[in-house]
Amino acid sequence: MTITKFLAGAAVALGLGLAGAAGAAEKTRVGFIYVGPVGDGGWTYEHDRGRQAVEAEFGDAVETVYRESVPEGADAERAITEMALKGADLIFTTSFGFMDATLAVAKKFPNVRFEHATGYKTADNVSTYSARFYEGRAVQGHIAGRMTKSNIVGYIASYPIPEVIRGINAAYIHARKVNPDVEFKIIWAFTWFDPAKEADAAQALIEQGADVILQHTDSTAPQAAAEKAGDIITFGQASDMAEYAPMPRVSSIIDSWGPYYVARTRAVIDGTWESQQVWHGIDEGMVEIGEISDAVPAEVKEEALALKTAIASGEYHPFTGPLKRQDGSDWLAEGEIADDGTLLGMDFYVEGITGEIPQ
Amino acid sequence: MLRVERRPQPSRFWTWLTPPLAVAITMIAGGALFAALGENPVAAIRTIFWEPLFGEFAFYYRPQMLMKGAPLILIAVGLSLGFRAGIWNIGAEGQYIIGALTGAGVGLAFYPLDAWYIFPLMVVAGALGGWAWAMIPALLKIRFGTNEILVSLMLVYVAEQLLAQMSLGLLKNPDGFGFPGSRNLQDYAAAHNAEIIAGTGMHWGVVAALGAVIAAHVLLQRHILGFRVRLTGQAPRAARFAGVSPARLVLFCLGTAGALAGMAGMFEVSGPSGQVSIDFNVGYGFTAIIVAFLGRLNPLGILLAGLLMALTYIGGEIAQSDLGLPAAAIQVFQGMLLFFLLAVDLLTNYRLRLRTPEVAP
Repeated sequence: MTITKFLAGAAVALGLGLAGAAGAAEKTRVGFIYVGPVGDGGWTYEHDRGRQAVEAEFGDAVETVYRESVPEGADAERAITEMALKGADLIFTTSFGFMDATLAVAKKFPNVRFEHATGYKTADNVSTYSARFYEGRAVQGHIAGRMTKSNIVGYIASYPIPEVIRGINAAYIHARKVNPDVEFKIIWAFTWFDPAKEADAAQALIEQGADVILQHTDSTAPQAAAEKAGDIITFGQASDMAEYAPMPRVSSIIDSWGPYYVARTRAVIDGTWESQQVWHGIDEGMVEIGEISDAVPAEVKEEALALKTAIASGEYHPFTGPLKRQDGSDWLAEGEIADDGTLLGMDFYVEGITGEIPQ
Repeated sequence: MLRVERRPQPSRFWTWLTPPLAVAITMIAGGALFAALGENPVAAIRTIFWEPLFGEFAFYYRPQMLMKGAPLILIAVGLSLGFRAGIWNIGAEGQYIIGALTGAGVGLAFYPLDAWYIFPLMVVAGALGGWAWAMIPALLKIRFGTNEILVSLMLVYVAEQLLAQMSLGLLKNPDGFGFPGSRNLQDYAAAHNAEIIAGTGMHWGVVAALGAVIAAHVLLQRHILGFRVRLTGQAPRAARFAGVSPARLVLFCLGTAGALAGMAGMFEVSGPSGQVSIDFNVGYGFTAIIVAFLGRLNPLGILLAGLLMALTYIGGEIAQSDLGLPAAAIQVFQGMLLFFLLAVDLLTNYRLRLRTPEVAP
């Protein structure tokens, strides 16, 4: 037993060295690690569309592999290692919770390139990329504020990380701007994908009087719950969720990863890949606003599209002062624009939001 | 016509034959499932059972099997003691979480001190945490006669909430830019449950699991306490006449299971997982119930069952990426294993007879 263990140990050391060298020989192999199932209709679905875009672009020159429903934590490390062992040249790990696992595997495979979505740790062979979803949230908030009759907007939040808090703030600021009486009710689901939990959360919010539901979770369950309750509006999350249009889904935020995945794959093929941190928004096309349905009055639709254009052109930033924090302290002065550092680490609500961020 | 007849004694022969039989039937039914999904069933089964052990990358998967199997075995050994005595601890998942929290908590409290005694202290803290969590259903049972199945299960959800709260609050990494999750213990040598020999997967949790198997075996075969556990399960009335205190037995069985589950959580959080995070637990505490029964509640059987379960996990993952099987199909496959085990268990306690026409007396 001991001898085989020793041998196994030696083989690992050898194998790790070899695998990195062997991969580059023929086709470029690109791997994707997904946190949910490819059929979730939201977050993972869009990443998988990005993968398909890579296949369509490069055809036989590239081979893609993916692994769905990978739990965040120790199992993720094994899933990533396995891809690297089997000769992947570039691996996209598409959930925040894969961060440490990605870094750990990257250390063992210096010749493999890694791209981690929504994280903040990088290395020579690890890039991060994310989208400025908050730009889309601003447009959503605007529509929500204009459309609500009960003045109660329900928000299904996932985890209290900066990305999610940023989304709540952006939506709230812009709802409040057009409707001073609006109130946000926030439920923390502590999951990215759990249709049963998401449906329960939507139901609870509807019972509390919400007639607009925003979600930062990935399934279409809240859409289905809203459809059943009737006269509730929702927004597609991460994906268009067009099957619920025109009601309850009146618009959506679509994450468009395809162009980025194609560009990064090309960089690996050309040998120009370098570690970077990317945060793209509506302007670069990483965030798209799904078609605003006819359930929204033409006038509101026009305002929303104007807001989108202003954000895309850089003429307007969703976090522009004067803004105060929830506790009443000053955050941004008149006309001041939030810097990316603060946004990336955002751990506070803006003034007017009730309730506390769980901690 | 076939008739089912109760055996006077559970059959020893079938007791040991049913697990392999269940595995065999699972392979057949699973193969049919994979075939229905358009995969070559032989290739799929081969991928799951052969690749991790003897495939091209076995040097990587074999250590992974130990790492995946160790917590299952450690928890299942503890659970099996209670199950034998008719004490049903369903909440090992919660005890696992609490053990991870207390263990990691002690480690993080010492950060960044470098001292040899930190890791042993964490092990003790992890065991104590799991033990204390299991004492809740134990004390409620002996004091108020509550049902330990319900209480221990409900405490899993309480533990999950505590885990979320700790990841977001007390144990949150101060250098983590506000993101939830603790410091990574893999980067803190004094608290890191590292592999004892690099590349073997042999970390302290694996050692503890093997130790628990041996200790439980000795306990059940050679020790009066083990005899009492077995006696209570087989003949509760006789046990009472023999002077076995049911209350003490409840405390012992739940306490041991809790402590072992807590240790498993601690070894996991300080080793393979590395950090306390909201999604830290992945269901080892529940899967261990399957492992305990698959192993016939026998320590050596559990050792084999734990490794088999780990094999289906790892092999299932390989089948996902190599053959593109959906994750759900693998889970169905694992579920089949318990289902068929329970189904063929019928043969242990009953026998099938061809009914001969009887004449009324």
